[in-house]
Amino acid sequence: MADEKVVEEIVRRYDGEIGMLIPMMQDLQAACGYLPVEQLRRMADRLEVPLSRLYAVATFYTSFRLAPKGQHEVTLCVGTVCHLKGAGAISEMIRQEFQVEAGGTTPDGLFSFQPVNCVGACALAPVMIVDGKYYDGVTKDSAMGVLRKLPLAPEAIKAEGKK
Amino acid sequence: MTVATSKRFSAPADLEQFRDQLLRRTRPSARTVRVCIGTGCAAKGSRKLYELFVQAMKEGGGEVEAAKCVGCHGFCERGPIVVVQPGDILYQRVEEPDVAEIFRETVLGGRVVERLLYEDAATKTRAKTAREIPFYKAQQRIVLAHNGEIDPRSIDDYIAVGGYSALAKALATMAPEEVLVAVERSGLRGRGGGGFPTGRKWRSCRDAHGQPKYVICNGDEGDPGAFMDRSVMEGNPHAVIEGMIIGAYAIGSHQGYVYVRNEYPLAVEHLKWAIGQARERGLLGDDILGTGFSFDIRINRGGGAFVCGESTALMASLEGRPGEPRAKYVHTVEHGLWDKPSNLNNVETWANVPAIVNNGADWFAAIGTAKSKGTKVFSLVGEVVNTGLIEVPMGMTLRRIIFDIGGGVKGGRQFKAVQTGGPSGGCIPAQFLDVPVDFDELTKLGSMMGSGGMIVMSEDTCMVSVAQYFTHFLMDESCGKCTPCREGLAQMHNILDHITHGEGQPGDIGKLERIGTILEVAALCALGKTAANPVMSTLRYFREEYDAHILQKRCPAKQCRGLFRYEIGVELCKACGLCRKHCPAEAISGAKKTPHVIDQAKCTRCGMCLEKCPFNAVLKV
Repeated sequence: MADEKVVEEIVRRYDGEIGMLIPMMQDLQAACGYLPVEQLRRMADRLEVPLSRLYAVATFYTSFRLAPKGQHEVTLCVGTVCHLKGAGAISEMIRQEFQVEAGGTTPDGLFSFQPVNCVGACALAPVMIVDGKYYDGVTKDSAMGVLRKLPLAPEAIKAEGKK
Repeated sequence: MTVATSKRFSAPADLEQFRDQLLRRTRPSARTVRVCIGTGCAAKGSRKLYELFVQAMKEGGGEVEAAKCVGCHGFCERGPIVVVQPGDILYQRVEEPDVAEIFRETVLGGRVVERLLYEDAATKTRAKTAREIPFYKAQQRIVLAHNGEIDPRSIDDYIAVGGYSALAKALATMAPEEVLVAVERSGLRGRGGGGFPTGRKWRSCRDAHGQPKYVICNGDEGDPGAFMDRSVMEGNPHAVIEGMIIGAYAIGSHQGYVYVRNEYPLAVEHLKWAIGQARERGLLGDDILGTGFSFDIRINRGGGAFVCGESTALMASLEGRPGEPRAKYVHTVEHGLWDKPSNLNNVETWANVPAIVNNGADWFAAIGTAKSKGTKVFSLVGEVVNTGLIEVPMGMTLRRIIFDIGGGVKGGRQFKAVQTGGPSGGCIPAQFLDVPVDFDELTKLGSMMGSGGMIVMSEDTCMVSVAQYFTHFLMDESCGKCTPCREGLAQMHNILDHITHGEGQPGDIGKLERIGTILEVAALCALGKTAANPVMSTLRYFREEYDAHILQKRCPAKQCRGLFRYEIGVELCKACGLCRKHCPAEAISGAKKTPHVIDQAKCTRCGMCLEKCPFNAVLKV
């Protein structure tokens, strides 16, 4: 879909109702992978609200991101049970080895890393989710094993370079 | 096996007729395989098992009725779980290669595959059905009654087990006032945390001035260590929807919202599916069951903010704004969503409603304790043998829950505490294990019911570190609107951080208590008011651990780095040299065949030696 049409289509989906701003922004993020500022500006114009209104929402909720995400999505549960079972050490190791911040993306764009407070699968703790696939009972070694094997697609790097 | 799929019910009698039709088609001898696809089992590959069963049926034929995907059974510890009918045979920890055997032996041959049954660790007896397993035996299931039995994506399955009969009964035979009275008399209290009487809330909303009125389902289960609502939304979404429609009828609302946590994609999918099916059948939308009553539901996904579980913050989020709570003296039942009267209940509360309407208020009120009626779903997790989801009558003791159902502490360790009520709950020590669990008893102990998370902690858990974890969590999730919560939590966390790093000062406990008291009195919302609970309750029951950290620079649970030492057991060490090789500080020395030694001056307490030692010879002292 052409860039200009994305926002138009999403806003129409919710009849331009400002109450549905969060779902609209979620749809925009689903379509673009993140919230590009030019699209947010377009959405704000279309809804006739200031851009700050959208920015407030985007920065309040942890699931929104204003920068492009990596090729893979890595979610690590750091809820209570996972914490008790060592998720903190796993998170520390991932951040160190891949030079990635919580909520950020690795420098090579391989993956975005999001520690979350409980995915509700406590029986499987500690839990790591990579591109929607759940890994249960992970250890430092097994988690790093999974992440080290993640393939880095070369064409995506080129596309990033063009921008 | 659907019957007249696109049929819309235009009268309550149509629904009953359809149910009869469904039941007549299902033979009691029918052979079905039910595969759990709850998040826990699905994570262990149960969807693939389902596909393999479907394939086996196509190839193997026979008179097999169906393979079914069902919601969470609760016994996540033993997943993936597969139940075969007839006989209700429960197989646990099923793997892909087992499918062929189950199909050949049990489905076609009617024989039991012994090795996949649950075996009681103590008695060595195998249990054939769920009813024989101690984990299930002491439970009483109302909310979870049909979880694991029906396909959550099939409205026919729900109707076949009596679904929507409560709605039909309410719309056809009861006035809204009668429904209200029934819920009031049942004694149902909100399952989301506060424990406010549901019937009273409904009445306040109905009596409030202003139109339209909204009913809202709070599915923003943000407490870490809790997944009760996720399992209900995933495993039996129609029960929630039916409860909401009945509530809307009693209150006089025509629009409902379900607010689901962003981290629960499967719950969103199943709810969407269920709402679509209910609309098709005329159970949702205009002129429900031909009675003239109209009501519809919209789903909103959360954005990943813990504070949105608070009712006023949730409503702000539904209005498309950042989820910041507001002062409570303006009641949401009068001025809620879009400033209109709004009634918000939690998932589990809504799911109780159909059973109350069907069985009557007296039936429900007979279960539980004097002031807490019915059952409660708990997620029993942490250092407990049988991790999973349980539903028990209110008033059961912690001991029965943790030891009889949960099987005690993992690895034969000592029980230290159970944390209830989510991050703003509290830790309850062993001397209160015989206290009956209900809203008021837990509050008396300085904890709370919360939404039903129960995290078991063993002697190896440092309570100061637990308090620090929760305080960090709450500091992160504080919306920042009011000062006590925003600044107080940061200061509390700062102090706790010092204590767990061996830098605590003698006056620290007093400071923590002072800030905690300010939070309780001055914070804006319920989350802020209770945010000091983890610290206050651990101070109340485990003060000696704080003292050990502060005064002796020692962590009794040997968890806080730097506050205990690593040593190599002379008799246990086999002198393999692995620890020496891996030690990043080169603190370990030792020749061949002589026990190794850690130089405490060089040791950075990283724990690498403990991890690498194949003989468990590295000890924490």
